[in-house]
Amino acid sequence: MLKVNLQKQLRDFELKIDFTVNPGEVLILLGINGSGKSTVLNLLAGLMNPDLGEIVLNDNVIFNSGLKIASLPEERNIGYVFQNYALFPHMSVFENIAYGLKMRKIPKDMITTQIQKVMEELEIAHVSSERVTNLSGGQRQRVALARALIIQPHLLLLDEPLTALDPHAREKIRLELREQLVASNHPAIMVTHSIKDAQIIGDRVLVLEKGVVIWEGKPKELESGVSVPDLSNLKCECYEYRDFGAIAID
Amino acid sequence: MMKPGTINSGNVTAKIAPVLFGLIVLITILFFTLPLLSLVLRLTPEEFIAAIMKPEVDNAIYLSLITAAASTLVVVLIGTPLAYLNARVPYHGRDFVETLLDLPIVLPPSVAGLALLVLFGRRGLIGSHLNDMGITIIFTIFAVVLAQVFVAGPLYIRQAKTAFAMVDQSYELASRTLGASPLITFIRITIPLAWTGLVSGVILAFARGIGEFGATIMVAGNLPGKTQTMPLAIYGLMQSDLTASISLSIVLIGISCIILITIRVLAGRSL
Repeated sequence: MLKVNLQKQLRDFELKIDFTVNPGEVLILLGINGSGKSTVLNLLAGLMNPDLGEIVLNDNVIFNSGLKIASLPEERNIGYVFQNYALFPHMSVFENIAYGLKMRKIPKDMITTQIQKVMEELEIAHVSSERVTNLSGGQRQRVALARALIIQPHLLLLDEPLTALDPHAREKIRLELREQLVASNHPAIMVTHSIKDAQIIGDRVLVLEKGVVIWEGKPKELESGVSVPDLSNLKCECYEYRDFGAIAID
Repeated sequence: MMKPGTINSGNVTAKIAPVLFGLIVLITILFFTLPLLSLVLRLTPEEFIAAIMKPEVDNAIYLSLITAAASTLVVVLIGTPLAYLNARVPYHGRDFVETLLDLPIVLPPSVAGLALLVLFGRRGLIGSHLNDMGITIIFTIFAVVLAQVFVAGPLYIRQAKTAFAMVDQSYELASRTLGASPLITFIRITIPLAWTGLVSGVILAFARGIGEFGATIMVAGNLPGKTQTMPLAIYGLMQSDLTASISLSIVLIGISCIILITIRVLAGRSL
């Protein structure tokens, strides 16, 4: 379980958030570009430090400004799927997925067995020895997910994991991703600006605007977003998913 | 008379222009290649081999390779952390530090030599303390390395900084979230991804070091077998033994060619 209560002064506004994510729950952070969504992920992963507040993950305090606790990113055991996937281009698919396990000093034969299992589940076993630069968008996304999941993270963070995909692949992977996240049973937070992503993948949605939550509810309630004036304002006329400037309804 | 709207291609200028253009290109190419070619053609292979067997020539080649390798190693060890810092951390005064570091690249080597002499000389700021401890740097092999590090270091730091800056930071962040410390991330992610640029920097620094003349002669002197590197020996032997001097020049041309080809191959691979 994740409990978050944070403040961070950003260039244009102050980020102020307070939320909880339960085990197995997928929380969606929805908002236009620059609303502070990705910053929340970076603060949770330890890649940035909040000014004030506390982060408690599975009863462990990983950040507390008052007690001057700030665990390093490598100590938090948080899986992070970056927007561009950040797969190491000088390594093969296998080496990418093995990286986190090697850092945990897991014996070689165990690494091989675990990776084989995950790669089969995600249907990427046939590209095991390929350089990641030779993969399709969908395959890269799966490798990034496998790399983040194999370390058995206490929390999984996904930053627009479907943005880099073409519309056809996105449709397919969206459903797969939901299945993977449910099966993994980790608390997960996914950042997106697509209402459809939120509806299919999420259990709960927070809509962020200028660093504060302006709406919270179930994904299906987004459909009747008219009942929430602020949210209906966010539903712009952009139908192009790749338009990062706004929430897309594709 | 030409019809209005037509172009007179029979014009004399239009005929001469390509010839003139070709001539300028040819003269330019000859200007830069002929001097080097004349050096190579001056000696027979037998004369060349006999010359590089001479002890003073041999010593100069050996000393040059040893000092250039040592100075390159020092440059990499002291320059890499600074290059990474400049690539990643936007600290106050970074531009100022970078400009200072670029100074030795544009300074005349004699100025660099004099500056090192004033600092490390017997009465210098550091040299006087070293002298008290019984350590002398000036006119020793250490002074040769010192001069090479001073002039070659900035080239490596500049190149390494660019190489590090080109590594997308998200790879480093991903490595951290996967459990790697900053040092492990640097060794396993940053260095391999910046490798081509770093190697180019190392080669450039080596090339600059092995060709160093002006600063070296001022701080290390021109002592055969002790501080006389190839460029100094070429100068020293020019009047007494021109064959040896030319032979050393040919060796240096060969080394330069190898360096240039290596950089080209590396650059092609990184495309």
